[in-house]
Amino acid sequence: MTLFADPVLVLVMLVNFVVLGTSRMRATIRASAAQGAILAVLPLLVQQEVRWHILVMAAGAATLKGLVIPGLLQKAMRDVQIRHEVEPYVGFLASLFIGAGGSGMAILFSSKLPLAPEHAGGLLVPAALSTVFTGFLILVTRRKAISQVVGYLVLENGIFIFGLLLIDAMPFMVEIGVLLDLFVGIFVMGIIMNRIREEFASLDTEHLAELRD
Amino acid sequence: MSALLVVIAAALSAVSGLPPLLARKHSRGADLFSAALLVTGSLVGLAAVGTAVAGVGGPPLRLEWHLPGALLEIAVDGLSALFLLPLFVISGLGAVYATSYWPPLRHPRTAPLLRLFYGVTTSAIAIVFVARNSILFLMAWEVMALGAFLMVLTEGRRRDVRQAGWIYITATHTGTLALFALFAIVASLNEGSFHLGLLRAGLASSPAGMAVFWLALFGFGLKAGIMPMHIWLPGAHAATPSHVSALMSGVLIKTGIYGLVRILSLFPDPPLLWGGVLLAFGAVSGVLGVAYALGQHDLKKLLAYHSIENIGIITMGLGLWLGGRSLGEPVWAVLGLAGGLLHVVNHAFFKALLFLGAGSVIHATGTREMDRMGGLLGRLPRTSSTFLVGAVAICGLPPLNGFVSEFLIYLGLLRPATSPGPVAIGAAGAAAALALIGGLALSCFVKAFGTVFLGTPRDPATFRAHEASAMTLPLLILSGLCVFVGLFPFATAPLLNRACLGAGLPADVSRAAPLATLSLVQIAIAAVLLGVSWLLARRLRDDVARRQPLPTWDCGYAAGTSRMQYTSSSFASWSVDLFRWALSPREEKPRFPHPFPAKGHYESHVPDAVLDRILVPAFRRGGWLLSRARVIQRGQMQLYLLYVVIILLVLLWRV
Repeated sequence: MTLFADPVLVLVMLVNFVVLGTSRMRATIRASAAQGAILAVLPLLVQQEVRWHILVMAAGAATLKGLVIPGLLQKAMRDVQIRHEVEPYVGFLASLFIGAGGSGMAILFSSKLPLAPEHAGGLLVPAALSTVFTGFLILVTRRKAISQVVGYLVLENGIFIFGLLLIDAMPFMVEIGVLLDLFVGIFVMGIIMNRIREEFASLDTEHLAELRD
Repeated sequence: MSALLVVIAAALSAVSGLPPLLARKHSRGADLFSAALLVTGSLVGLAAVGTAVAGVGGPPLRLEWHLPGALLEIAVDGLSALFLLPLFVISGLGAVYATSYWPPLRHPRTAPLLRLFYGVTTSAIAIVFVARNSILFLMAWEVMALGAFLMVLTEGRRRDVRQAGWIYITATHTGTLALFALFAIVASLNEGSFHLGLLRAGLASSPAGMAVFWLALFGFGLKAGIMPMHIWLPGAHAATPSHVSALMSGVLIKTGIYGLVRILSLFPDPPLLWGGVLLAFGAVSGVLGVAYALGQHDLKKLLAYHSIENIGIITMGLGLWLGGRSLGEPVWAVLGLAGGLLHVVNHAFFKALLFLGAGSVIHATGTREMDRMGGLLGRLPRTSSTFLVGAVAICGLPPLNGFVSEFLIYLGLLRPATSPGPVAIGAAGAAAALALIGGLALSCFVKAFGTVFLGTPRDPATFRAHEASAMTLPLLILSGLCVFVGLFPFATAPLLNRACLGAGLPADVSRAAPLATLSLVQIAIAAVLLGVSWLLARRLRDDVARRQPLPTWDCGYAAGTSRMQYTSSSFASWSVDLFRWALSPREEKPRFPHPFPAKGHYESHVPDAVLDRILVPAFRRGGWLLSRARVIQRGQMQLYLLYVVIILLVLLWRV
């Protein structure tokens, strides 16, 4: 673990709180995009020697998470003209507290995990767990479909951090596969958003409950 | 070399379905080309069997694979060869048969798909028989199960067909679940390797070994149709086109037997319990299978229940094999295994013959109800004579092949039956069950043949009946095979010896059983039978030439119709009554309260005890219980994700 990785990870965890605490859609999308871009730098910091496949991966992640997906989301937001997440299931302040609690738990929990010695002590595992937790929290508490997508993005960022643990062992193909998976996932969500809007004239996922049998 | 040949055969079968799919609709040329591909594949496969039996099969084929644990390891030993033989014979003949039984001209929508699934299933079964890696085995097993499922659904527009398909897919996946567990345990016993190789001694009686046995009996028994795991078999066999039924009954259900032999032969020292359990399950399947067959009115369901019966006979042979091995009696083991395996081949031949014959009858009359047929002997001469050959063979009567394999099992059972102790009681009981099965089977086929082919036609459709040559050629070849194995049983000795060796049992069948003498006796019986029937036929011909054709004397009743004959149910009612305790047949009798009878209505049928009386009510209740669980189904995405989080946290907590 190099010297620069931990400050970057702290930054990532701070972005989590930004995403949790804001109601303005534009800000959450930008925050998640920033988080993705920061994460794209991480593989270069974690790794001593620079290898070509890590460079490709970093570039790919930065483009996809920092530019393409946020761009798509901004466009979707303009199309449906939604600026705020109104009335989430759990309020912003409360979700901030839950997120903080979750991050604390993540730090406690990761100290108990049987990790390889070179990973123990760093912030990599706590940051991964708390980001995954934040993603889940957003998914569970927010109503609007766009917020859901942001939740997925954050969740994936957490998984990405976890993947850094295995950066030597994990084949390049798997990483690319995960990225592609995310891209397809967002794509499908985009289609679903459009359908929800056409059907119910709103992006509130609550309407989906009408579809159950 | 034989491994490579099998792979080529499997590849040819797998692509044989493509031409009809890609060609124009109704294209007869593409259909014939497809059949030719499959027949070529079968011939290549038979060459593989030949080389393997001759002992020039060469080394197994090994290819590395990227899947963890999986290895493309293909070897053709005697056991594989024995099971491949009926597969390639029947799939090739079935393809020829199908060109005129299910032509694209009459079934433009289903025929091309049926060709595809037929070829793919054939290829998957071939891989099942030669795979030496349990992951490859399971993959082929699943392809086979799904291919068969899609073939069952050929006439999926009909409700009963859909139901049969549904029951089949549920049953086969339940079995596969058991097999997953089974192979996981076998791999753990084999130090984590998925290679199917001999295990060390002493494992069989451990809890893990016992679990392997019971899982194999359940998982493979479900596929083979051992009672009470037979629930899917009658419906699925009746619902598919007849050449598919022939493949299913002749080969597909034998994959269960193959699996049992392959897995149980991995243990060098099976406990006596295994043999006893198999013997008991075999006897029950045999007796109840034929008893259910007696109660059927549907020709193909009748044949399907006979498959259960024959699987029972084969299972008894396997029980004898295991018992002989655990008691250290190689002769019992050889007779049991050789008899059971020979019965696998024999049953494939005569049951395919009977199913194809039944298909020919159904093709001609347009119904599966035996009570609407009758008098087809003269109208379908080749079908009826070959059906008769099949019927004699399945009843285990000399001089045909069914007798040979049952004779081996009898011989094997009679040896322990004369030894002292509880083993003798079991063996003697099994021998008695085998005799009972033979008698009941005979009665059932007298019923079937009599109702379908003898008497006078009951339905006007019967008068138009005719037969096509592409459909009778396979029938003739199959009956030729039945006669050949019946008259020259010693010819099968090399195949059987090698198959026993494949199951880890060095054997010399010709020394364990007097096959040469048997051959002489069989030929003598055949000669006498032929002579007597020739004399009878000559006398009959003279009689017929002299006399006018007259109806049977009907006791002076003035308004007799062709429906006043023995029906299948009236013929069998006595024997069904014997088994009333097990079958509990349902009857709806007409009541005549007035002196002058009005129109009445009579109906009888024999519902399947396990399926209709136990499983269906149980599943219905289970479904009601599970519908209570719908409360958690709120339709809210956030809630579902919350469930995921909770499960995740619980799992993390457990770490």
